[in-house]
Amino acid sequence: MVDVFIMGKRYTVPETLTILDSMEYAGYQMTRGCGCRAGFCGACATVYRMAGGYELLVGLACQTKVEDGMYLAQIPFFPGRKAQFDLEEIKPSVAHFAQLYPEVYRCLGCSSCNKVCPQDIDVMQYIAYIQRGDFEKAADLSFDCLMCGLCVSRCPANIVHYNAALTARRLYSRYIANPDRFLAERAQAIENGELDAEIDKLVKADKDKLQELYNNREIEK
Amino acid sequence: MVYTPQLTELMKKVEETRSSRVGVDFPRMTQEERRDVLEKFHPDYNLEGFREIKVGVNKGARMPIEMADVFEAYSRIRDLEFDLKADPHYDVDVLVIGGGGAGASAALEAHSTGAVVLVATKLRFGDANTMMAQGGIQAADKPNDTPATHFLDVMGGGRLENVPELARALVMDAPLVIKWLEDMGTMFDKKDDGTMITGHGGGTSRKRMHTARDYTGAEIMRTLRDEVLNKGINVVEFSPAVEIILDEQGRAAGAVLYNLETEQYEIARAKTVIIATGGSGRLHYRGFPTSNHHGATADGLVLGYRAGAKTIYADSIQYHPTGGAYPPQLLGLLVTEKTRGLGATPLNINGEQFVYHLETRDVESSAILRECEERGLGVPLPTGIEAVWLDSPLIEIIHGEGTIERQLPAMLRQFQRFDVDIRKEPMLIFPTLHYQNGGLLIDDDAHSTVENLYAAGEAAGGIHGTNRLMGNSLLDIIVFGRRAGRNAAAKSREIAVPDGLNLEHLDSYHQELDNTGAGDGRISPMVLPHYTHR
Repeated sequence: MVDVFIMGKRYTVPETLTILDSMEYAGYQMTRGCGCRAGFCGACATVYRMAGGYELLVGLACQTKVEDGMYLAQIPFFPGRKAQFDLEEIKPSVAHFAQLYPEVYRCLGCSSCNKVCPQDIDVMQYIAYIQRGDFEKAADLSFDCLMCGLCVSRCPANIVHYNAALTARRLYSRYIANPDRFLAERAQAIENGELDAEIDKLVKADKDKLQELYNNREIEK
Repeated sequence: MVYTPQLTELMKKVEETRSSRVGVDFPRMTQEERRDVLEKFHPDYNLEGFREIKVGVNKGARMPIEMADVFEAYSRIRDLEFDLKADPHYDVDVLVIGGGGAGASAALEAHSTGAVVLVATKLRFGDANTMMAQGGIQAADKPNDTPATHFLDVMGGGRLENVPELARALVMDAPLVIKWLEDMGTMFDKKDDGTMITGHGGGTSRKRMHTARDYTGAEIMRTLRDEVLNKGINVVEFSPAVEIILDEQGRAAGAVLYNLETEQYEIARAKTVIIATGGSGRLHYRGFPTSNHHGATADGLVLGYRAGAKTIYADSIQYHPTGGAYPPQLLGLLVTEKTRGLGATPLNINGEQFVYHLETRDVESSAILRECEERGLGVPLPTGIEAVWLDSPLIEIIHGEGTIERQLPAMLRQFQRFDVDIRKEPMLIFPTLHYQNGGLLIDDDAHSTVENLYAAGEAAGGIHGTNRLMGNSLLDIIVFGRRAGRNAAAKSREIAVPDGLNLEHLDSYHQELDNTGAGDGRISPMVLPHYTHR
């Protein structure tokens, strides 16, 4: 068992828990600050301090082991700005991006974002890629972002990194990556009704027939 | 290295047998073997876990006990009075309940036809199982594949119990959905020429699993969410619906929302309503850990059922074969099926494989339960439970060093956080409660059995029969989310603003509970799970 302080009160909890589990163990019913509970959604970004330490530490509550002497607090969410845009009206260019997120060009290069990212993403580097209009590299490097907002909480230039990165990925995927050509053909064929006959035969088939077809279907290596 | 000395010792057996297992395929089960292991070990076949419910339109239907408990329960607003004649807080064409992938798709589609849409969601917009789906999304969009081939896989995987028209809609819309997402700027894994990179999943006969690394669901969800916000659609968070409101003719006409912060109730009036509230893993059927997100508490099923919507296959639950078992912080965490897709195999305490690694999920899970329960060859854990190994280092041998980092970055990171390096050390896994195969019965317009009430996503049932294949859920939520949105919007254009709003269906439901004694003082929907130490 370890002792932790949640919102200033002391609780004794098993050391096998995460920060999130420890709060529930202590009796909290989670509303804010809890989402997928598996490190994918970014809802549980949290801030804490160790006993005797002065540094404010951060992490995902569902992905951080509880330790003796932790002082825990909860962050409901960060009200970061999202630029509204019509993807069909913008292009992957510095000029367009600067209108949506002008603050990305004010990065001070302090690396505070990198220090807090629970995914260990090189946030400052993808911001640099965005600045120079390299959306492909920005998309690749930022891909694992959970949009938890911890980077935003520390940025002295008030950049909303996660929203800028999402826009960069959408621009890359829409305009720079090539479209799948056969996919477009297939979609068209379906809309033209060209594939209806083949499937309607199966929809009408009885169970024995389907079972036989299923059992003997060819499986791609 | 977080494994105890005992586990480290057992791990040596896995290492000893590894080289002899490379390139050797364990035989697939025959149909008889599959049926046998399911009947003996799948929790769906263990009658102790079920009871017949005594109230509502599916009276007499079999449900898991934990689900029956929330169905046979009184409304949270039983003792409250609402003035449903007053101006409502929200007055819209289409009310979408739920902010996951199905809800977001429905909202976008309804909005695109000019309908006024409100999305009401219990947690944050995007806090949903969609966000956690890692493995992929199926669609027959290769020259060697057709929707008919996909259909056969869906039906066979679902034990032929699927509603064929729903399975047809699923596979025929699939390439359209991938195209829709591609046009929206979703970052799928592609070759340089734009061709989608696709692979196998359990039960697929063609390589049609599209991925976005192992963040497929997250990538789809954040793109859909971004687009909903771009369109300026009204989304109200932390406001779960707790009851459906009907009009004087008994048609769906809105919902009672509950503001989790102010603890006040608000009325949303709508011409049509879409239930897109997802699944129910947090009910922890049979005490299983779950891979589901915090809000998966079956709310939409309960309030739809009280309003008269029929369910289908409510007794069919999917246990994902590979849930995290150790270290304890990872209990229940989904280990993506892509891990097996890349070649990792399950092994017993002796380091021996005991089942083909890509059987359908129901069979794979049952085989793991058999290995632990009947054969006694599970790996005992310090936490008092058993598990089997999943030999992830095999992936690096088969596909080369660096594969795990490239293809499974989320898995690698999640185990690393708790000091397990899955490139070098095998994982410890056990089946986890993953998916509700059934749900509210819909037709291929995503319409439920109550007029003007639609359902989409995990809350809907019939599409997957009694066993869903990997990659068909991300597909399902978007196919039926879009269908629900499109049809609910079209219907809203045909009808007037609903009149005579009421909650009288609750009175008759409560009467049934009183008469049968089935309610036992319980209140539902659950809204939020409550974990505390007892």
